[in-house]
Amino acid sequence: MNCTTLLPRHIALVAAVAALTAVPPSTAAAQVSNDVVKVGVLTDMTGAYSDLAGPGSVVAAQMAAEDFGGKVLGKPIVIISADHQNKADIASNVARKWFDEQQVDAIADLVSSSTALAVMPVAAEKKRITLLSGPGSTPIEGEKCTAYNVHYTYNTYSMAAGTGRAVVQQGGNSWFFITADYVFGKSLQGDTAKVVTASGGKILGDVRAPFPTTDFSSYLLQAQASGAKIIGLANAGADTINAIKQANEFGLTKKQNLAGLLVFLSDIHSLGLSTAKGMYLTTAFYWDRDEESRKWSKRFFERHKKMPTMVQAGVYSELMHYFKAIQAAKTDDADKVMAKMKETPVNDFFAKNGKIGPDGLHRHDMFLAQVKSPEESKYAWDYYKIAKTIPASDAFEPPDPSCPLVKK
Amino acid sequence: MVQALSGQLLIGLINGSFYALLSLGLAVIFGLLNVVNFAHGAQYMLGAFVAWMGMQYLGLGYWWALILTPLVVGLLAVVFERLFLRRLYGLDPLYGLLLTFGAALVLEGIFQNIFGISGNSYPVPALLQGGSNLGFMYLPRYRGWVVVVSMAICFGSWFVIEKTRLGAYLRAGTEKPLLLQGFGVNVPVMFTLTYGFGAALAAFAGVMAAPIYQVTPLMGSNVIMVVFAVVVIGGMGSIVGSIVTGLGLGLVEGLTKFYYAPASDVIVFVVMAIVLLVRPAGLFGKAQ
Amino acid sequence: MSSVPVLPVPRVRRTWEAWSYAALFTVGFMAPWFVYPVFAMNVLCLALFASAFNLLLGYAGLLSFGHAAFLGSAAYVTGQAVKVWGLPVELGILAGTAVAALLGLLFGVLAIRRSGIYFAMITLGFAQLVYFLVVQMSWTGGEDGLQGVPRGKALGLVSLHDNLSMYYFVFALFMAGFWLIHRTIHSPFGHVLRAIRENEPRALSLGYDVNRYKLLAFVISAGLSGLAGSMKVLVIQSATLSDVHWHRSGAVVLMTLLGGMGTPVGPSVGALLVVALENYMASYGSWVTVITGGVFMTCVLAFRKGIVGEIKELVKRWF
Repeated sequence: MNCTTLLPRHIALVAAVAALTAVPPSTAAAQVSNDVVKVGVLTDMTGAYSDLAGPGSVVAAQMAAEDFGGKVLGKPIVIISADHQNKADIASNVARKWFDEQQVDAIADLVSSSTALAVMPVAAEKKRITLLSGPGSTPIEGEKCTAYNVHYTYNTYSMAAGTGRAVVQQGGNSWFFITADYVFGKSLQGDTAKVVTASGGKILGDVRAPFPTTDFSSYLLQAQASGAKIIGLANAGADTINAIKQANEFGLTKKQNLAGLLVFLSDIHSLGLSTAKGMYLTTAFYWDRDEESRKWSKRFFERHKKMPTMVQAGVYSELMHYFKAIQAAKTDDADKVMAKMKETPVNDFFAKNGKIGPDGLHRHDMFLAQVKSPEESKYAWDYYKIAKTIPASDAFEPPDPSCPLVKK
Repeated sequence: MVQALSGQLLIGLINGSFYALLSLGLAVIFGLLNVVNFAHGAQYMLGAFVAWMGMQYLGLGYWWALILTPLVVGLLAVVFERLFLRRLYGLDPLYGLLLTFGAALVLEGIFQNIFGISGNSYPVPALLQGGSNLGFMYLPRYRGWVVVVSMAICFGSWFVIEKTRLGAYLRAGTEKPLLLQGFGVNVPVMFTLTYGFGAALAAFAGVMAAPIYQVTPLMGSNVIMVVFAVVVIGGMGSIVGSIVTGLGLGLVEGLTKFYYAPASDVIVFVVMAIVLLVRPAGLFGKAQ
Repeated sequence: MSSVPVLPVPRVRRTWEAWSYAALFTVGFMAPWFVYPVFAMNVLCLALFASAFNLLLGYAGLLSFGHAAFLGSAAYVTGQAVKVWGLPVELGILAGTAVAALLGLLFGVLAIRRSGIYFAMITLGFAQLVYFLVVQMSWTGGEDGLQGVPRGKALGLVSLHDNLSMYYFVFALFMAGFWLIHRTIHSPFGHVLRAIRENEPRALSLGYDVNRYKLLAFVISAGLSGLAGSMKVLVIQSATLSDVHWHRSGAVVLMTLLGGMGTPVGPSVGALLVVALENYMASYGSWVTVITGGVFMTCVLAFRKGIVGEIKELVKRWF
C-alpha cells in the first residue's frame, strides 16, 4: 500500500528543474507565493450534486481556514468559490483564470468526474494542486493521474467493494444490477460484480437505464423477475432516490433487498427513513460515528443547517491536511507541499492513519452503514448504523500501474 | 416471457397516461393560442411543489391538493398570460416558445434556490397504498389510480372540446379567431382561460406524479422534451392525437426498456423524426 | 428586405455594416490585452457558432434546435484526431469541420423538407440521436469526456501552448468563418435565401429550387458550427457531453436572439454576453438560471430585435 519509494527521486528531479527555472534565488526559509495562500472551491452550486457538495463544501472550506487560524506561515488564507455547473469547459475556464490571474494555489472539491478530469491537467501544467473530494471516477488515480492531485474522499471502487463484499457475507449472494448507462454506473457495476463473484456470489443479470431516468418501474420489474436476492443500484442522486422509492411502491423490498452503490447522506435525508430503511451503503464519513466526528459536524450544522455529507467533511479534512503540509514544508511550493502531504499520514475526525499514495489516492478506512428505520432513529439526522469498518486495504485497490507515477 | 412482456406493456400504459395528460394541456394551448408552451414542464413541477408545500406548511392532504393545486397554478398562469404572453400573439410562434422557456428557467431557478436539488418526498395517500397481484405482476394501487384518472380527464377534455358548445367556440377560435370575435365571443378572455386550463392540467399531472416520483425542481425539465415529441408526433394541436400518441409512446418506450434499455430515452425522438418525414403534420394533424 | 433577388445594397446599410465590422475586428484584435485570453477564445468559438446558426435562422428563416450536434461532433472528432491519431492541428480541424458538414448534409436532406416548428423538432430528434451515440461509444469517454487534447503547433511551427498565440490562431479562424458568412449573405445566393424566408411560394414560382438553397445554407451552417466546435476543443482541451446536449442548442438560440438575429454582428455580441454571464456570475449559484431566464423574457418582450438590432434602429432614426 505504501509506495512512497518513488517519491524522493521524483521530487529531486522536479525540484532541480524548478530550482533552475522558476524559483527566484532566495534564501528565506518560509516562502509563500504572492504572500497569500488562496484556495478555490470549484463545485456544483446548483446542479445535480449541489446538495452533496456545493454550498456545504464552501462552508467546510471556510471552517478549515478559520480553524487553522486564518493564517499559514504568517500569510493569510483566502477561500474563494465558483460554480462549475458540471460543465468541463466552465470548470477549466475558471481554473485557468484562477491560476493565471488570481494566484490560486489549490482547487478543492470538483464534484463531477468530467470537471475533475478537465481541471487536473491544467493544474498540473501550472504546478498547482487539485484536492478532489466530490468525484469518484477511478481513472483519476489510474491512467489520468497527475503529480499534483489528491483524490481524497472516495472512489467508485471503494463504494462498490465495501457494500458488495459485506452484503454477500450477510447472505445476499445473488445480484441483479440496475445501472446508469454512464461510465460511473458501468464502473460501479463492474467493481461490485468483481467483488461479489470473488466472495462467492452470483450475478444474475443487469439492465442499463439511460441517465437520468425518472421512472424505474420497468427496470424494477425486470429485477424482480430475475429472482435475485439483491438489487444493486449502480446509479446516483435523484435516480437512486426514485429507484428506491419505486422499489418500495412495487413491493420489491418485501422479498428482495436493495444495495445502493453510490448513496450520500443528503440522498437519505431527502428520501426519508421509512423508504430507505434497511438499505446497506458504504460511506467514508458519518457525522454520528464517534465523539470527534460529532463535535465537528455539530459545528458544521450550526453554519449550514444540514449535517455534512462525506464529500463536505472531506473538503474540510483535505484542506486542513494541505495547510499543515504548507506549515511543515515551510513553503506553498506545490512540489514540496505534495511531497509533505504524501509522506504525512492523515489523522483527524475524518480519517485514522489515512495515507496518500504516489497515485494521489487517499487510502483510508471506509464504513459499511445500514439505514435505520424510523423507529430506531432517535433524533434529527440519526440515519445510519455503522455495521462494520472496512480497512483501507480492503476498501481501496493498490496503485494502478497504468498511472505513470506508480513504479511498476 | 409472455408474463414479463405483459407486465412491461402495462407499465408502458401507465407511463403513457402521464404523457397523455401532459401533452393534452400542451396541445390545447398550441391549438388555440399557437404558443409552444415551454413552461409546461415548470408548471408540472409547480403542481408537485404546491401539493408538497400544502402538506408541509398547511397540512392539506393529497385530495385537497388534487383540487386546489390546479386552481392555484392555473391562476398564476392566467396572470402570466395577461401580463406577458398576450403581447406576443400574432408574432412568430418562436417568440412564445422563447418567452415560456425563459419563464421555465426563472421558475426552476427559484425553486432550486429555495429547496435545493434533491427535492422532497411526498407520501402516497393512505387510501391508495398497497396493491394487488395481477398474476403477471404486482400493481400498486396508486398506479392503477393514475391510469383511471388520466383516462377520465383525457376523455372529459376530448368530450368538452369536440362535443359541446364551448368546445365549438374553442375550435372556431383555432380556425378563425377574428370571425369568432365578430360573432360576439370574447376571444381574448377565451385565450386567457385556455392558457390557464392547460397549465392547470400540467399542475394536475404534477400532483399525480408527486407520490411516485421525487418532487424536485428539475422534474419538469426532464419530461418536457418527451412530451413535446408526443405532441408533435400526434400532430400539433390535435387533442385526440396527443392522447393516443401519449399512450402509444408509453408502450413503445416500455418495450424498448425491455429489449434494449439504453435506447429508451432516444426512441421517442427517433419515432418523431420518422413520423414527421412520412407524415409532415404528425399522425393526427391536418396538413396546412 | 426585398424578395427580389439582386438589389443594390442601400448605402446606409453599407456604412452601418462597415462600422459594425470595424468595431468587431478592433474589439476582437485588442481583447486578449484587456480580458483573460481563454475567456476571449471561448467567446470567439461560441460567437462563430452563433453566427453560423444565425445564417440559418436570420437569413433563411430556419430554426434548428439541434445545432449542438454539429458543434459537439466536430469537437469530438477533432479531439480524437489530434490526441489519439496524432494528426496536426490543421488536419484535425479540417476533419472535425468535414464531419460536421457531412452530418449537416445528412440531417439537412431529411429535415429541410419541413418548415417551422416541425423543422425544429426534426433537427432536435437527430441531435438527440447524436447525443445517444456519443454516450454509447466508448472512445468519447461518456460523461468523463474526451480529456487532455493537446493544442499542438500551428503550421508545425508556432506552439499554441501559449494563450496569446492560441488566441490569434483562433481569431484568424473566426475571421475566416465570419468572412465566409458575410460573403454568403451578400451573394446572390444569400438574397435568394432571404427571398425564401420572406415568401417561399413566391421564390418557388420564380423558378428557384428552394430545397437546394435551403440545403446548401444548412450544410454551410453545420460546417461552420463544426469549425467552432473544433476550435473549442483545442481551446478548452476537452470535449464533453455538454457540447452535444440540447441545452447547448438552446443556448445558441438565446445568443442569436439576444444579440440580434438577422444582423451579421449580433450573434457575436450575444455570445459575448452569454459567456460573460456564465463565467463572471459563476459564484452566484442558481441565481444565474433565474437571471438567464429573466434576460430571455425581457429580450422577447422588449428588445425583440436584439441588442445590435435595436442599436441599428436607433442609429437609423437619428442619422
